[in-house]
Amino acid sequence: MIMIFGIPGPLLFGQLLLGLINGAFYAMLSMGLAIIFGMLNIINFAHGALFMMGAFAAWMLLEYGGIGYFPALLLAPLIIGVFGIVLEKLLISRMYKLDHLYGLLLTFGLSLVIEGLFRNYYGSSGLPYRIPDILQGATNLGFMYMPNYRGWVVAAALVVCFATWAILEKTSLGATLRAATENAPLVQAFGVDVPRVITLTFGGGVALAAFAGVLAAPIYSVNPNMGDNFINTVFAVVVIGGMGSILGAIVTGFGLGVIEGLTKVFYPQASATVVFLVMVIVLLTMPHGLFGKRA
Amino acid sequence: MFGFSRSQSIAFLLMLALIIVCPYVLYPVFLMRVLCIALFACAFNLMIGYVGLLSFGHAAFFGMGAYVTAWTMKFWHVDAVVAIALGGATGAVLGLFLGYLAIRRSGIYFAMITLALAQMVYFFCLEAPFTGGEDGIQQVPRGYLFGFINLNDDMAMYWVVVVVFLAGFLLIHRIIHSPFGQVLKAIRENEPRATSLGYRTDDYKLIAFILSCMLSGVAGGTKAIVFGIATLTDVHYSTSGEVVLTTLLGGLGTVFGPVVGAVVVTAMENYLAQFGSWVTVTQGAIFVLCVLAFRRGIVGEIGAALRLGL
Repeated sequence: MIMIFGIPGPLLFGQLLLGLINGAFYAMLSMGLAIIFGMLNIINFAHGALFMMGAFAAWMLLEYGGIGYFPALLLAPLIIGVFGIVLEKLLISRMYKLDHLYGLLLTFGLSLVIEGLFRNYYGSSGLPYRIPDILQGATNLGFMYMPNYRGWVVAAALVVCFATWAILEKTSLGATLRAATENAPLVQAFGVDVPRVITLTFGGGVALAAFAGVLAAPIYSVNPNMGDNFINTVFAVVVIGGMGSILGAIVTGFGLGVIEGLTKVFYPQASATVVFLVMVIVLLTMPHGLFGKRA
Repeated sequence: MFGFSRSQSIAFLLMLALIIVCPYVLYPVFLMRVLCIALFACAFNLMIGYVGLLSFGHAAFFGMGAYVTAWTMKFWHVDAVVAIALGGATGAVLGLFLGYLAIRRSGIYFAMITLALAQMVYFFCLEAPFTGGEDGIQQVPRGYLFGFINLNDDMAMYWVVVVVFLAGFLLIHRIIHSPFGQVLKAIRENEPRATSLGYRTDDYKLIAFILSCMLSGVAGGTKAIVFGIATLTDVHYSTSGEVVLTTLLGGLGTVFGPVVGAVVVTAMENYLAQFGSWVTVTQGAIFVLCVLAFRRGIVGEIGAALRLGL
């Protein structure tokens, strides 16, 4: 058996993989938060609840509609994205002229309502979601056995993250979005329907959270608190990375996931707090975050 | 009286009268809970209402205060007053460290940083041996205050809680109306201007944060003695959310708002407790309603209708 720093290789690589998976969720969620914040100037506290709704949508599609994992991967983000658009139109759009804190309080309230309702109807013990047949089993990589589904999650997350980055940075649609983030009135003067762009951006950010939720469904059991467990850490990730750049969110998300995984190997007691400790260090040395812009 | 305006004096006397009459009509343990939550909300209001910083991590100070008070009472058998003071001191020291980090940013970031730091405290409490993990610290004896007042008598305990609450309430009032409090309000209204006038705004914010945390610790400690228990719920972020809700519903930046909010929120929890998660749903709905329809809160709206500063 290979030993690395006195740790058996498979154990180390196993925890690294788990770290990468957590990192994939941190990256997708913090990216969505950053995109929404850039456009709406609102920190979406309901992001965790919408992530959870994505997982539940996949579960319901299978349970009630017999629709499997791969169609759900597309359908669930669509459904939850539309739900997000309705939320934005009905409630969140009323917050834009107010202090930013009200947006935070509103979305926090929404997350309580959503999670409370799901807890009422589905309990908090969690519902199982089967890994699709094609992704069952594990592959021998030579240095470790990798469960196929876990490899798929990391790969899918990377693809989605970089696709989002490419759309925002390399297409004309992305250019419009970034311009609207910088100076909305000017972009509106050019004939772009900025309120619609804002609505669609929110829908997109929410769809991203729901996509992450579907990916998470077979790994963590589908339960109303699954967003809760993630979102607090994701806020720390956002503080560490700063909300300035998409690439920054991706790098910070995966990086912190790996750090968390490594901590589990070397000092398990601190694995839950290590992200917050990193946040403390970042705040002490560079208060605006690793990739943040100075306000 | 104590620098209250005329309308505030009347409201204060009304509150005093209710505090005196209520234990003969309502269940004292319920009232003690209301007073503890009210003090907690008043302490929180000091930050959001007068410094303009929304802390989403106040459960850390409330909960740690509760743990330290419960622990010292149960294992060191200290006097209730000493234990509460130690709870307050814990809140203050923790507030110094977390505040030092958090005040580097403002607005939304301040909320996220306090939330994340409080989450760190939560995980610490989950792992640390002295908190009793999932069980918490249970069966904390109330004991005898000053060696002769039997606190196991609910009415005796009630009056102690009343004294603690009033002391905290008046201290906050005194802070707000001191020259220090005026500087805080100046920072809230226009921080660059306050800086340009030569005030070290970060120092002021930090001191206000520490005071707020200290009183949160006192509230947590008092609650721990009343119920004889300190658990992970006290440090959980849902408690942070609850104090935000209490203050928002009562009226941000009003003197009596947090107290009214505490009455309503505690009563609601009491009556909805049998319906499981509907408490959470209702709390969330109140958040949404407050933000959309009445941002001034109950007391703020009444004050605006009567044209009085309450």
